[in-house]
Amino acid sequence: MLANFGYRDGSGEWFIVVNTDMCDGCGECVDACPASVLDVGENEYDPLSESPMVRVKDGERNRLRYSCAPCRPGYGQSPAPCVAACEPGAISHSEGWMIVDGNT
Amino acid sequence: MAEVTSQECWRWPESSLVNPDIDWKRGKLVTAGVDVGSVSSQAVVTVDGELFAYSSTRTGSDSPGSARKALGMALEGTGLTPDHLDYCVGTGYGRVNVPMAQRTITEIACHARGASIMYGSDVRTVLDMGGQDCKAISCDDKGKVQNFVMNDKCAAGTGRGMEVFADLIRVPVWEIGERSLQVVKEPEMISSTCVVFAKTEVVGLLEQGVPESEIMAAYCAAMAHRIKELLSRLGVMEKLAITGGIAKNTGVVRRLERELGIRTAEQAWSNPAYAKIPFDTQIAGALGAALFADALVSRGKVESGRKM
Repeated sequence: MLANFGYRDGSGEWFIVVNTDMCDGCGECVDACPASVLDVGENEYDPLSESPMVRVKDGERNRLRYSCAPCRPGYGQSPAPCVAACEPGAISHSEGWMIVDGNT
Repeated sequence: MAEVTSQECWRWPESSLVNPDIDWKRGKLVTAGVDVGSVSSQAVVTVDGELFAYSSTRTGSDSPGSARKALGMALEGTGLTPDHLDYCVGTGYGRVNVPMAQRTITEIACHARGASIMYGSDVRTVLDMGGQDCKAISCDDKGKVQNFVMNDKCAAGTGRGMEVFADLIRVPVWEIGERSLQVVKEPEMISSTCVVFAKTEVVGLLEQGVPESEIMAAYCAAMAHRIKELLSRLGVMEKLAITGGIAKNTGVVRRLERELGIRTAEQAWSNPAYAKIPFDTQIAGALGAALFADALVSRGKVESGRKM
């Protein structure tokens, strides 16, 4: 599944999208994130799943507009550190809605 | 105008039900799901994964009390007590405040699973129109979440907004849907998104002498339009099931169907064994929670907490 963490406001949308089928819970991105917003834990949208996944920490979810600001397109490095660190390619940004639509 | 005072218009009826076909004493595994939402609370009790009892009640000012009340209503007259429960899962907005729950599960997961059982495993999109938020979830044939979108913390286009509106025009909230469909011509929809501004707009319409049914149609149309915008971000895959309180408002549902150009899933049990049980769109979250509890215990992931 796709787990979306982020927000939408006047400046557009910013979502960290984790593809839980690809995430192996290695935690490389946790160390790569300059704002330390990520952690590895259980998949809360699939309580019966055994495999851990990377998530945005509970207390960070409503603060991403500040913590992620330095990495938004046009500001930080491209691709963003968490995306670059993810070997399985499970993390992407802001495209969650379009992927599911099937006609990106 | 209906003969009720303004205070009563939002007070939708509470309900509870026991499945007469099941004897819980013969069951091996008794689990419960308690869904404490911002406006309503539901409890569902399952015996070996089959629906045994449910209740739907209004959430009061304290969440633990509402959770106890909901479970108490569901268990009333069955001889079953909370001590007989093997496992209880709390879900919904107030899930951290369910005293009898051993663990919590997000309502996104619970609604998808509950809707998949209620409406059928061919459901691919679940729209939960709750009291204070609205979620669109896409799920697979096992009721597993694939993706979801949620409106932000705002009462616009939600159940609480409809209650406020009912109070304002003094029509019982459960009658609004049917009566909004009695218009000859669809009026222009309420343009304000925000409930507070929409209220001002409705007062203006009332002062102009616009007929009640037209105002209701305008409000239901605005809500349907807002929900459609939310759904378009996720992409709608059939079959589309609507859960939550607004699913009972035919005025919103019919207009949403018109906007999307598809029919929503029939509000009836997909499992013929439940045919005699009244179908309540609001219990999906609690049912999902109870089924997760059942799955967690039967798969040996958690210990049964049964005391009796």
